[in-house]
Amino acid sequence: MSQSADVTLEVAENVGRRSHLARRMLKNPTGLFAIIVIALLILMAAFAPLLTSQDPDYADIRNILASPSAEHLLGTDSAGRDVWARLVFATRYSLLGAALATFLAAIIGVTSGLIAGYYGRWFESVSAWLTSLVMALPGLVVLLAARAVIGPTLWGAMAIFGVLLAPAFYRLTQAAVMGVRNELYVDAARVAGVKDPSIIGRHILTVVRAPVIIQAAIVTLIAIAIQAGLGFIGMSDPTIPTWGGMLNDAFTKMYQQPLLLVWPASIIALASVAFALFANALRDELERSAKPKKAKSKTKAAVNAEGAPAEVHAETEAAPRDLLLEVDGLVVGYDQPDGSLTQVVNGVSLTVRKGEVHGLIGESGSGKTQTAFSILGLLPEGGRVAAGSIVFDGDELTGKSVKQMRKIQGKRISYVPQEPMSNLDPSFTIGSQLVEPMRETLGISGKEAKARALDLLAKVGLPDPEKTFRSYPHQVSGGQAQRVLIAGAISCEPDLIIADEPTTALDVTVQADILDLLRGLQQELGVAVLLVTHNFGVVADLCDRVSVMQKGRIVETGPARSIFAGPRHAYTQSLFDAILEDGAARGSLSHSSDRHVNAGGAK
Amino acid sequence: MTAAEPLLEVTDLVVEYPIKGFGRKPFRALKGVSIDVKPGECVGLVGESGSGKTTLGRAVLGLAPVTEGSVKFKGREIGTISRRERRELSEDIQVVFQDPYTSLNPSLTIEQTLAEPLRVKNVSAADARKRVRTLLDQVGLPADAAQRLPREFSGGQRQRIAIARALALEPALIVCDEPVSALDLSTQARVLDLFKDIQEATGVAYLFVSHDLAVVRHLSHRVAVMYHGEIVEYGDGDKVTSDPEHPYTQRLLMAAPVADPDRQAQRRADRARMLEAQREADLQAGAA
Repeated sequence: MSQSADVTLEVAENVGRRSHLARRMLKNPTGLFAIIVIALLILMAAFAPLLTSQDPDYADIRNILASPSAEHLLGTDSAGRDVWARLVFATRYSLLGAALATFLAAIIGVTSGLIAGYYGRWFESVSAWLTSLVMALPGLVVLLAARAVIGPTLWGAMAIFGVLLAPAFYRLTQAAVMGVRNELYVDAARVAGVKDPSIIGRHILTVVRAPVIIQAAIVTLIAIAIQAGLGFIGMSDPTIPTWGGMLNDAFTKMYQQPLLLVWPASIIALASVAFALFANALRDELERSAKPKKAKSKTKAAVNAEGAPAEVHAETEAAPRDLLLEVDGLVVGYDQPDGSLTQVVNGVSLTVRKGEVHGLIGESGSGKTQTAFSILGLLPEGGRVAAGSIVFDGDELTGKSVKQMRKIQGKRISYVPQEPMSNLDPSFTIGSQLVEPMRETLGISGKEAKARALDLLAKVGLPDPEKTFRSYPHQVSGGQAQRVLIAGAISCEPDLIIADEPTTALDVTVQADILDLLRGLQQELGVAVLLVTHNFGVVADLCDRVSVMQKGRIVETGPARSIFAGPRHAYTQSLFDAILEDGAARGSLSHSSDRHVNAGGAK
Repeated sequence: MTAAEPLLEVTDLVVEYPIKGFGRKPFRALKGVSIDVKPGECVGLVGESGSGKTTLGRAVLGLAPVTEGSVKFKGREIGTISRRERRELSEDIQVVFQDPYTSLNPSLTIEQTLAEPLRVKNVSAADARKRVRTLLDQVGLPADAAQRLPREFSGGQRQRIAIARALALEPALIVCDEPVSALDLSTQARVLDLFKDIQEATGVAYLFVSHDLAVVRHLSHRVAVMYHGEIVEYGDGDKVTSDPEHPYTQRLLMAAPVADPDRQAQRRADRARMLEAQREADLQAGAA
């Protein structure tokens, strides 16, 4: 229920994600540069015969190591061959070789990754084993050994290298497919009668497409580097010009004609840089689409806190207790990249008295959790209190530094979250997670803190406090975890507990127990509670007063009994109408054919 | 009295999931469950997390392994059929899942998603487009929704799209796995009414899985209560959800808080009394 996510549901224009990404790549300067260089290299390879009139293999031994001239654009090499012609044709062979390696690696890796990820079972075990085996092989040594057997062929070497690199694609694809295999839309397609190949093609391949392209760019880069390396140590194919071969040749004549080294070295560097930048730019663009840009401008946007006043029910208590928390005109907003402010709370005013339970009820996106988090000083990144005041026990909380807030958080205002499991660290025992904050905030010794933690665990109704103290979070149930967090919340004797949907993630029978526990503790300790919830049953069970929130505003507030007896605002009334609990049952389809069986007794 | 033949008949169904590690005993998610759904009927399946209610729905859909027992649809055994035969069943059995955010492929337009089951049955592109219009209209969405992506819709609207997808092939049975649990209160009520209207208009049967007794009561003709992989109570919807016999169903009913402070205080007291009585009964049963 992250409210920042559904603050505004923008209706984006209907553009496919793919064309969108391609366009963004062209707008990204690095991406554009990489694409231009790669395109030029490919054009050079494709139209090699048109770019030079010289034969790359024609050796003119009377004219070796010539300097650049009109006839030989970049001069000639140690055998009198035209360097420009060799460079152009070497681009063709080197790129084709790298492409062969990448293509083979991708075909083998992606196919087996899809099958292993989608079907799993024995195929996955075998491929995982093979993958580890191949990855353990030292690539260069295998290539040198292969050269001894099959001879110095570029294609052979690159084909073998492709197979060696297949695990990179396999791992990537298999992990991505495992991630989506159990997505509900894949199940839905299966139930819809779609055949497995179509499911893989339509629903699964789309997920791995972009990462595979990135991986392909990196693999191409590695293949080019390995090729150059093999060529440089004289292991290249002597029958065709390659970048590595040219490098090797130039290296032997470094003192006579140093210029010869420049050409192959530059083109290898250029190609490597281009592929690396392409991969980087694509990854950047993919990540950017996942999260919105951070705000650039620091100008304060206009705050709008106006709206119809809330329906206020008269107080029923004869002598109202003292105020503990007073929120006035609170506006919470998220800064947008264009400098504007998206408001999620639009001028909320509410009061919590000492020792009372105040229910804050609303639907998702109403701003109830944002209100609670701003009181705790724990707004998510990008969010801030844009206007209004939060006075806690006479102390203004807005504008306090993180350090100052820390003196209040946990000690005077504590928090019970919605998801008990994700709020406990799985790598520490429950005991240590209770003891640490107490030592920190109360300044007591470890021994004292432990005794106190055991007391608290017993107090929240855990049957075996010693055992729970020693347990790790995964060893207890969701209900028990919530009891532990409640123990943590009361451990430093706070004045106010903010409980954010404390029972929503729990089963209904567990919820009833936790509600009983909260009520008992609240009465015993006299602590005030701000209870955020969407459930009117929970409000009826616990709360003294209620505020109903809609679209970042409080529309109705007052004593719980008074609101339940006669909701005045149209929105509150619509919420009450939507409650099913007291509604009529559907009834039976045809009375004659039904009978009431108690299956528990039958078995 | 023409007691209709059951559309779906599940008998003594056992579902086991293997647990990783050599020689480990498999996990038994369903321990011999029997249930039936008649044409045009809504059978509610209620239980808490881990009760096996979702597994039962998935077994009917062919998404969970049937270890023992039988699942019969229109008199034909479907628990152990091949993938190919299962694909043909898509015309008869469909599904609406709980999470409207992950049940739609984020990169496909609504039309592509809705047309998928139709295209499998070799419906022409033009006919499929027409059918998508009708479906969107049926679930109360505007026709221009077809060209948009799932992220442009709210949770309730997405659930309507998922319902439209389930209706595409005019099935006889839809398995609904917690279809309103992720929705807000007011959205939930509207989507439930949509389920009801569609059932009355098309005569489709529902196997309606939910953890919420009130939701199940609102929509179901009959209700089955699941607990630890077994059905503990099964019968008339009104009776099971208002005056249950089994102690677990009683606990479930009393645990749900009522939206009224005075009646909730009463229910709280009743619940405490009931739990005490059940505890004593258990003790006596143990002593006897």
